[in-house]
Order: sequence, then structure tokens, then C-alpha cells
Amino acid sequence: MKTVDLNKKQTAILQTFGPQLEKSGTMYRLWVGFLLLMILFGGYGLFRQIYIGHVVTGMRDHAVWGYYIANFVYFIGVSYGTAMLAAILYYFKVPWGRPIIRIAALVAFISGVIGPVFILLCIGRFDRLHYLFIHARVQSPITWDVMVISTYLVGITVFTYLLLIKDFAILRDTDKFEFPSWRKKLYNALALRYTGTSEQDQQIGHSTKSMAFIMVPKVVLAFAVLSWIFGMTLRPGWRSSIFGPSYVIASIATGIALIIGVMWVYRKLYKLEDYLKDEHFRYMSLILIALVGAFGYFTLSEYITSWYTSMTWESKVTDKLLSFKEFGWAFHLANFFGIILPIVVIAFRRFRTPTIITALSLLVVFAMWVRRYLTVVPPLETPLLPIQDARPEYVHYSATWVEWSLVLAGAATFFIFFTLVPKLINVVPISDYEKETN
Amino acid sequence: MSESSENGRRDFLKKGALGVTLAAWGQLVFSCAPEGGHDHAAAEGADTVKVLTPDGQLVEVDQSHLRHVHHTQDISYEESRTGLPGRKFVMVIDLARCTNARKCVTACQKMHHLPPDKEWLTVKLMKDSEDSEPYWFPKTCYHCDNPPCVKVCPVDATFKRQDGLVLVDNTRCIGCKFCMTACPYSTRVFNWGERGEPADMKTHRANAETSIPGQVGTVEKCDFCPDMARMGQLPDCVVACPNGAFYFGDQNEDIVTNGSETVRFTELIAERAGYRYGEELGTEPRVYYLPPTDRIFPAEKGLEELPEESRKLYEDLF
Ligand code: SF4
Ligand code: SF4
Repeated sequence: MKTVDLNKKQTAILQTFGPQLEKSGTMYRLWVGFLLLMILFGGYGLFRQIYIGHVVTGMRDHAVWGYYIANFVYFIGVSYGTAMLAAILYYFKVPWGRPIIRIAALVAFISGVIGPVFILLCIGRFDRLHYLFIHARVQSPITWDVMVISTYLVGITVFTYLLLIKDFAILRDTDKFEFPSWRKKLYNALALRYTGTSEQDQQIGHSTKSMAFIMVPKVVLAFAVLSWIFGMTLRPGWRSSIFGPSYVIASIATGIALIIGVMWVYRKLYKLEDYLKDEHFRYMSLILIALVGAFGYFTLSEYITSWYTSMTWESKVTDKLLSFKEFGWAFHLANFFGIILPIVVIAFRRFRTPTIITALSLLVVFAMWVRRYLTVVPPLETPLLPIQDARPEYVHYSATWVEWSLVLAGAATFFIFFTLVPKLINVVPISDYEKETN
Repeated sequence: MSESSENGRRDFLKKGALGVTLAAWGQLVFSCAPEGGHDHAAAEGADTVKVLTPDGQLVEVDQSHLRHVHHTQDISYEESRTGLPGRKFVMVIDLARCTNARKCVTACQKMHHLPPDKEWLTVKLMKDSEDSEPYWFPKTCYHCDNPPCVKVCPVDATFKRQDGLVLVDNTRCIGCKFCMTACPYSTRVFNWGERGEPADMKTHRANAETSIPGQVGTVEKCDFCPDMARMGQLPDCVVACPNGAFYFGDQNEDIVTNGSETVRFTELIAERAGYRYGEELGTEPRVYYLPPTDRIFPAEKGLEELPEESRKLYEDLF
């Protein structure tokens, strides 16, 4: 059987990834064990929730959505954002984008898996989930979302897989490593008999390009539909025409910040300075600040209009966000660390080093989560009619350990995925360097 | 139902009157009664009441041992979804008469087997502006004609019937709570845990008209007691209000009654300047309010019976 031949450069990359593909150290095992424990703990929380009911969460009749929906919107948004980035970089063959596309697609894939789990956690009756299909009602934005998310997940899975096939074939064919036979078989299956003929190359290239092309409108639609879940209600803070665009921008920014984080860790761990270069961090950081800048502008125009016109119900929500007695600290700090600080620092060329950029990206990752939370909860706690309830948990939402355990399990799933992926495949695509002579 | 509207009206009035009588008697079941023994007994006011046991003895028992039950007619699934033919239910709430007696709240809880902290019907204290007087504001589901809650339901678990009612089929609801976020009037409540109904309720055949038995993980709300209407009786809150603040009736027949007075709906609304709450939201509620002018009692009176921690809730408004 014909095998895929490698040039010098490609062989070099393969060598770089050899050690971690072959064996795992103690620290590595401890880390994976720790993450698994976190996921198990989340599993226990989920068990309690299913067994006892949603009383174990902090959600009550006014704040009927909380951490779960915030997390859902956050992760699925990150997924859409990174998918969009990967698709655009691929489609337009952006020269510096090459080593980033794969990481972006992987972030998109795993966030796309984690996100929808959280909307399921928020549903009272797991046993009736199939009603979403057998009794589907087309007027409901949730039905639109079910359709859009399920097709999107197929799309992003296919797209990510197409990006990996060639490298699976390389790993199948290499004789440099001692893989156990199950690994060999796995690569064999995953490589789909790709042997590097020009016809196969053409097919893969063509399919990936079409997928990249399809992903862009798909993601735009998915973003729109998700923001309409909020936008189609009569709630101030949700029913605003800027909700969608603002969410899109914030999500792409978060996605980019996460990619930067993953790049930094991989670069450090696997000494990838030759592939994930400083300039990659610089380019990404510039996109990042452009996006958070736009997000800041959308935030301003959303809240300044409601503050200025001060319609009663609407300004109640705005006031809560601005007031330090309510959500003020969270809101102002998130805006400072997520919007203002990154822009100010990255504006100076000399601060654009990978480490500073990564640190700022981490701030963006957290700040955007807080902003997600602040779009979900305050409008729910601010109904038209006064709440007047003597039970404090019905007035203010506060998450319980069950919700925390599941949110942390979600984060742990993200980490464990990125810990395990380099075991299976090299994170920098080897196949992309096939045209290079040296 | 194929009667002419004239007949229908007489029928409604007749049945309405019957409803009042029955309710005054209080449809009670002696919970200690042996299996299958459904006894009707008279009870009013006092803490102890006399009831007739199945073997014909008159005994005095504590009122808390008695339980209201829904005497429902067995209707088909389709009937529960389409509603009562020819009807257009409407409610009018006279804010001038509400003193926060909260009898409507407890009657509703009793009838639907709700725990004391679960209110399908709430009474809020409203104060429209700094200088205006506060007033009590009973709030049911408004059974909106353009219901945002129905629009968003992904599985048709909440629906609008031809008789105007918006109901929840709790055997269909998946508990996504989207309707709760969509309703601008905070009407809907969720079964966060088990509702803690009497065990025998669990065998009751679930039906969108009664919402019994409650189901954990689903949404529920004020249903205008359509099972009572089907039997020609008034909703429990209407009957329970000592001040006659609730009027219930049929808009097609243009008649509403609070149990003791029966009036033309259009005239009542015209004379007393009836309005719908949150008209600007476009939800088209089926509940009308009569403004709290010439109140029979000052709003403070409504605080008297409240426990201390509830009274605190209203401190700022007086
Ligand atoms: S009041 Fe709320 S729950 Fe009732 S019909 Fe209107 S929107 Fe729906
Ligand atoms: S909670 Fe139930 S009734 Fe409400 S929208 Fe979801 S499925 Fe429909």
C-alpha cells in the first residue's frame, strides 16, 4: 500500500511531537486524574439534581435560569466564534493562520459539545427530551435552536475531522514511534485509507473548503437564533436589537482569548516556538482588542440609551448593573478587565509579548463569562411587577454547590480534552507543510 | 354544546348560582373517611366543623383535617385542549374591594393542593407613583389573547384554547422554563421539587384542566379552574373572596358575576373605567381591573393579618 511521504520539515515536526505522543509522565497522570475527579464531582451534583429535583440549584421562580444558561450561552458562543475564525482563516488561506486553524477548530468542537449539555441541565424533565422532536413547534425559538445547534454540531465535527485526516494518515504510516497496536488500528480507521494521491488531496481540499464556506453562514444563523431566545421575550436587557451583534462580538473575542491561552500552553509544553511564533500571538491580540473594542462600544450604546431615556422597567435593569449595591462590582470590573485593560495594554507595541497577551486573554475569558452571567440573571430578577416575596432565595439568585460542581465539571471537560488531544495527534498540522522543501 | 346564546346565558347564570350555593356549602371531603367514601359536609368559618361520617354519625373535627377536592368530569385529551365550545372566559378584578384578605390565595392553594408557599394567585401591593396611595392588586394568570408564553413553548405544552384559556399540559411540559421568562407578569411557577400532594392525588388522571397531580420539573400556573366552569361553577378565588372583588364570566354572553352580583361585562368596564394591566405590552390580557377608587378600606388594613416578615416587604410603600 502506498504511504504518505514526508519532507524534512514534516519529519522535524513529527519528531517534536514524538515524546508526548508516546508516553505520559506522572504529573500528566495526576493532572488527568484531578480533572476526572472534578468531572465525577459534577456527575454527583447532576445525580442529586435528577434525583431530588431542581430545588438543589439556586434557581427559583424569578431567576429561572442561572449558571447553566450563562454557561451554555458562553460555551456555545465560544464554539461559534472559534468555528467562524477557523473557517475564515481556512477559506481565505490566511498565511499566518495555518498552525492556528487546527487549535481553533478543536476549541470550537469541544465547546460545541460542552455548551448544549448545559442547556440540558437546565431542563426540568430529562425523560421528555424527545418531545422536542416529536412535538416540535416551529414557532418556538427553542425549536429553531435545536435545529441549528444539531446541524451545527454535525458541521463542526466534519470540518474538524477533515482538518485531521491527513495527519492521521501520517501517524499511521510513520515507523518512528512504538505505538501499541490499538493506536495503530485507530489511526488506520481514522485515516480513511488516505494515501496522499493527488485525487484524494483534491477531494479533501475541496470538501474542507466547502465546509469552511458553509460554516460561516451556519454560524451567523446559529448566533442569531441563540440571541433570539433572549431577544424574543418581553424583557428589558434581553429584547434589544443589539443583543445579537453584541453577543457575536463578545463570543468571538472570548474564543480568540481561549485560543491564545491554548496556544501559549502548547507552545510552552511542547516547545513549539518555531510554529506558534510571537507574531501569531501579536496578530491574534490585535483581532482580540478590535473585537473587545467593538463589544465595549455595543455595551455602551446599549446601556447609555436605556439610561438616558430611563423608561422605568428598562432602567431598573440598567440601574442594577451600574449600582455597587447590586451587580455594579461585577459589571464594572468585567468591563475594566475584559475591555479597557486589554485595549490599553496591547495598544503599546512593546507589551505585545506572548505572555502578556496570554495573561490579558485570561482576563478576557473570565470577564466575558461574568458579562454572560450579567445578561442572563439581572433581567430575570427584575420583573415588571414587584417580587414581594419573603423568601430571599426567590428574590436573589445565588448558585448552589450543585451548579458550581457542574460548571467546574464543564471547565474540566474543556481542559481534559486539550490535555488528551496531544496524546492522539500533533497539535500543529504536519500535512500543511507538505509544500515546503526544507 | 349547541344551545342558542340565550339558552347558554340562562344556563350559565343558573349554573353560576348553583356554583355559589355549592361553594358556600364548601365541597369538603373528610380525609379520615374510608376508601371511596366521599362525603359532603357543611362547614363555615370556625376551626372545628361538623361532618357526617359514612356510617351516619355527626362528628366534630378540626377544619385543617378537611380537604377540598376537584370533582372533575372525565374529559378527553382533545376536550381539555380545545376548551368549552362557545365560551370566552373573562375576569374582572375590582381593586377598590381588595383588602388583601388573601382568601383567594388560600382557596386556590387548597383547591389545587398547593403547599402554603406556592401561590398561583398572588396579591401584590402596588404604588403607582411617589404621591399616589398604595393599593392591593390580586394577580391571576391573565390568559392573554396574544400570549407570549404560548408563542415560545417548544413542545405545545402550554396552549391557548378557543374559550380563551391558556393552560399547561404538565404531562407534555419538558420544563425548559422559557415560558416563565417570556411571561411579563411573572405568572408561572415551577415545581422545583415534589409538590407534596396527598398520596391519593397521584392516582388522579393528569389533565390540563386540573393540573393535578402536579409533576416535578414542570411549569404550572393559575388555570381559571376550567374544570369548575365545565360543571357550571365559579373559580375558587371568586367564591372565596369575602369582598366580592373577583367577577368571572363569559365575554360572549357579556355577563360576569362575583357570586352575589351578576352584571353586564361591558357595562361594568365602561362605568368603572376598567383597564388591562400592561396594555402597552400587546399581550391582550383577558383579565380587567377596575381602578382602586373609593376603596372600601385603606390599604394598611391589608397588613393586619400578615406575619411580621411579610409585613416588612411593604415597609417602603407606606
Ligand atoms: S399572564 Fe403570563 S402566563 Fe398568563 S397567558 Fe399571559 S403571558 Fe401567559
Ligand atoms: S416550561 Fe413547559 S410549558 Fe413552558 S415553554 Fe417549556 S415546555 Fe412549554
